Amino acid sequence: MSLDVNKNYDMQPVLEFKSSTFFVLVLIIHSNDLMMIEQKLREKTSQAQDFFRNSPIILDVRELNQQSHGIDIIKLINLIRSIGLFPVGIRGGDDQQNLQAASLFIPVDMSQSSASSQAEIQKTVTSSPSATSHEVIKEIVVSTATTLINQPVRSGQRIYASGDLIILTQVSAGAEIMAEGNIHVYNTLRGRALAGVQGNRDARIFCSDLQAELISIAGDYKTSEDLKDITPRKPVQIYLQDQALIIKELI
Amino acid sequence: MARIIVVTSGKGGVGKTTTSAAIAMGLAKRGHKTAVIDFDVGLRNLDLIMGCERRVVYDFINVINGEANLNQALIRDKNCNLLYILPASQTRDKDALSIEGVGKVLEELAKDFQYIVCDSPAGIEKGAYLAMYYADDAFVVTNPEVSSVRDSDRMLGILASKSRRAELGMEPIKEFLLLTRYDPNRVESGEMLSLEDVQEILSLHLLGIIPESKSVLTASNAGVPVILDEKSDAGMAYADVVARYLGEKRPHRFIESKKGFLRKLFGGK
Repeated sequence: MSLDVNKNYDMQPVLEFKSSTFFVLVLIIHSNDLMMIEQKLREKTSQAQDFFRNSPIILDVRELNQQSHGIDIIKLINLIRSIGLFPVGIRGGDDQQNLQAASLFIPVDMSQSSASSQAEIQKTVTSSPSATSHEVIKEIVVSTATTLINQPVRSGQRIYASGDLIILTQVSAGAEIMAEGNIHVYNTLRGRALAGVQGNRDARIFCSDLQAELISIAGDYKTSEDLKDITPRKPVQIYLQDQALIIKELI
Repeated sequence: MARIIVVTSGKGGVGKTTTSAAIAMGLAKRGHKTAVIDFDVGLRNLDLIMGCERRVVYDFINVINGEANLNQALIRDKNCNLLYILPASQTRDKDALSIEGVGKVLEELAKDFQYIVCDSPAGIEKGAYLAMYYADDAFVVTNPEVSSVRDSDRMLGILASKSRRAELGMEPIKEFLLLTRYDPNRVESGEMLSLEDVQEILSLHLLGIIPESKSVLTASNAGVPVILDEKSDAGMAYADVVARYLGEKRPHRFIESKKGFLRKLFGGK
């Protein structure tokens, strides 16, 4: 690709590839009853027509497959398209379903067994405990946005980030910072820092001076009592390895 | 436009009222028409420190409730005719304060005064919240001691997130540190946090260090703001604070112990 660009003599690049993150609705299918799915989908989309019109959708059939309910992916995709939504991906499908999807030029998301998507699924379950089993469709917004803080986080303040959290200032004792993703503190961390709060065990905490009251990744924690031997004013990273929190100096 | 200053700390007994009285007097003495309001409804103290307790007829709550007008409630200071005191009610509690009521009183005062000093009660409840809500500047009074520093830190978080300026997305409240009851000898012997220790946690603009001084208690009991005791170390320190707040550059004093200074002079360790 870069060759093509270099061949372009008038210095105007024709194209370039960039990585970018988007918010996309995930449509989790709980039933294989196409009639019911159509009815519920129409109900849901009619509530906010502007919002759903031509909206890209990622199909999630993981739960359906766990219950061993087969579904005809071609029929399902055609049904969703007929309602005015654009399926742009599928995840959680078995080999046959993935082949069916590929035949309709729907990309297959293979990363779906990773911890982060498990965390997402867990999130939808925990965030809607009142949902009944009759409900066929649930939507969630996949959030990977990064939150940046450049004001001091004072004692008693709480910050929650649904993606990564970057803090440029000090975090005081008695403050609490939480993120579903990683936490970076480019200053002294004296409060509590909890990364991967929705269960992402790959989340990490980075900070330039660890004097924290508590650090936690995906629920595994250490208190300042366990951190007594850490040299202050040294940048460190904290991660999970075999159920144990590892604190390692960054060079 | 009047500038509204809140004197706050979170923790009690650190010197908020002493500071409010001193800086209000200092600003008035330098020719600025100043009002000082006691927000500690139910635990009225400012009138005692200012020595006007016998002249209290109406109070802040009366004005909020429309039972008296502002001119009836404001008490002119006996030492400086540019300084007025609005006392708290001793018979009511903080629930008698309302955000609209406080806003109305401050708005009315702002027409006539250059500086309005709000003496906050301790804690982070309604009285302290309303004292800081409309502020433009905050004097955070801290003692060199861990619990006071943590409470100040908490208060700074509230200033940054719950004030009117924060809610309206305006320029944030200007925060200043006032380190009170500082004793360089005890800092040297490790019994007290040093200025550096405090600043490591709070990292604020330091407006002044007020040394631990007998003159503060004497002045309080006499009902005269300590800044009027121009020979005392605390009085001089408060005069520096007011000057720095008004934009003058003055070196910080009272950081080093006299003993330490002599020891340095003779090269001893």
